[in-house]
Amino acid sequence: MLAHATTPLPRFLPLADSGLSVELADERTPAASALVLGFDRAVRAAMAAGDLPGVIETVPTFRALMVHLDPTVTSPGETAERLRPLIPRDGVALVAGRRWRLPVCYEGDCAPDLAEVAERIGLTPAEVVQRHTARSYTIYMLGFLPGFGFMGDVEPILDLPRRAEPRTRVPAGSVAIAIGLTAIYPFESPGGWHLLGRSPVLLFDLRRPEPALFAPGDTVRFDPVDRAGCDDLAARAAAGNLGPDALAEP
Amino acid sequence: MSGSLLVKRAGPATTVQDLGRWTHQRLGVPVGGALDSTGLRLVNALVGNAETAAGLEFRLVGPEVLVDTDRARVAVSGGVEAVIQGDPAVTVAPWRSLTLSRGQTLAVRRVTGSAVGYVAVGGGLAVPLVLGSRATCTRAGIGGLGGHALRDGDRLPLATVTLGDGGDRALPTAPRERDGPLRVVLGPQDVAFTDASRSAFLSETFTVGRDADRMGLRLEGLRLAHVKDANIISDGIAAGAIQVPANGQPILLLADRQTVGGYTKIATVISADLPRAGRLVPGMPVRFAAVAVDEAVAARRAAEADLATLVRGLVPAPPLGGFDEAALLRENLISGVVGVADDPMA
Repeated sequence: MLAHATTPLPRFLPLADSGLSVELADERTPAASALVLGFDRAVRAAMAAGDLPGVIETVPTFRALMVHLDPTVTSPGETAERLRPLIPRDGVALVAGRRWRLPVCYEGDCAPDLAEVAERIGLTPAEVVQRHTARSYTIYMLGFLPGFGFMGDVEPILDLPRRAEPRTRVPAGSVAIAIGLTAIYPFESPGGWHLLGRSPVLLFDLRRPEPALFAPGDTVRFDPVDRAGCDDLAARAAAGNLGPDALAEP
Repeated sequence: MSGSLLVKRAGPATTVQDLGRWTHQRLGVPVGGALDSTGLRLVNALVGNAETAAGLEFRLVGPEVLVDTDRARVAVSGGVEAVIQGDPAVTVAPWRSLTLSRGQTLAVRRVTGSAVGYVAVGGGLAVPLVLGSRATCTRAGIGGLGGHALRDGDRLPLATVTLGDGGDRALPTAPRERDGPLRVVLGPQDVAFTDASRSAFLSETFTVGRDADRMGLRLEGLRLAHVKDANIISDGIAAGAIQVPANGQPILLLADRQTVGGYTKIATVISADLPRAGRLVPGMPVRFAAVAVDEAVAARRAAEADLATLVRGLVPAPPLGGFDEAALLRENLISGVVGVADDPMA
């Protein structure tokens, strides 16, 4: 049966006739994400085996799997019944994705909000950088823009709400924090997160067979580079010489 | 031989579109594609294309394109005012194809009764496939012609195509337009709204806001009240989702919608009514009526059956600009809309 947003988990929430959001948890946690990604793997395997007619694609999100379907082939109710047995039964270990080490320049005009963030939370800018680079982050999901990965979680002290005044233009490559997460803007766009640095890495490059660098479940660490080093790497990236092989940990 | 269309005048928001870039939403790539998919599918059928072929979508004001190939079969969608430039200019009726020769210019003036209009060309616009689609997504700068809306002087490559496969065709009658409220399925976050707002959403009349675009349109009028919070843990978005941020003003999400979002969604427009939603013009009134999921599925299947019937029922179109143009002009038959005749001549 299709559910309402207050029924017990798992919830099969229809988006009219063409979508089903399958909620597996109530909170945004690493465990919820692992569950969603485990479900996603099972659903994709079933799609590849031809067991889910009419399912077009899936989109993992923090605590739900979005399933897009073709209502001329199936219905949300029918698909929900086919999906139910594919939900992992209990705690799922996160299947390791790729591990990325990405250069970030935390200096000067690459870091327009660093000083403000530092002052707001009572640290020095260097301490903010130290904390931002101290841990590795998991890519929970991609969205907002092609290749934009929502990564988490940042240290609690770096958990800030979005800016009161969003920017109309955030430069491509901006490394940002907000709502307990961190991310890199793949393209220039409007944005409301706090900009701590800039990475020369191309997160979405159509010259590559897999244009998006990130996939859900990957992990990311940031390495500080100075401005000159960042510019050199940006030139390499523009020439197509800073691809996945140069950025993945062995 | 292959050729091109030269864009003499692009118009303010003309893009290459097809039926969208599916299967890459997990990477954050929006689906995009025609706002009025039915309109694009019908003009494609009229020029003998597969329904997935790429055509031109324009918003309110249309482009002028010059044919730079020996012959090109074209068709425009309903409500579109267009002429073949010349002295006198020849009016082009919607919902029929016609065959243009090298050097002729199709000048699309505007579209009325719809926010968007379409031009299809036989063989389709042969811009490169990007992730399986030719649709332009300007936000990501991908697809179409260099990822941007058309500019004056652009050249659109045409696929090599053989004409003479049955000639120009026409719809015998304009497609039946459904009116009345847009049908929605409530949810997934309708319980985040007060009872009063949930019922007002289904009884009030909204107005389509000015700043409508391919991503979505604002619904002005009543502001909807949340029980507690307008924010959710971000989840997936489908076409037609109606999200309501903290200011209470609903936004109906269309083709270039984001793949995920963090605002409550009170309802989702059913897929059978999405082409109609895509045609909504700023200033138009819009109302919503709730249906069950099963009704939504049935409505979509009925809409597909209707479209298939329309495509099967195409009839030969009367000649236009052909050998008997002079005779038609003498009899003053080309002043306005060209009707559908039994003449099978190409």
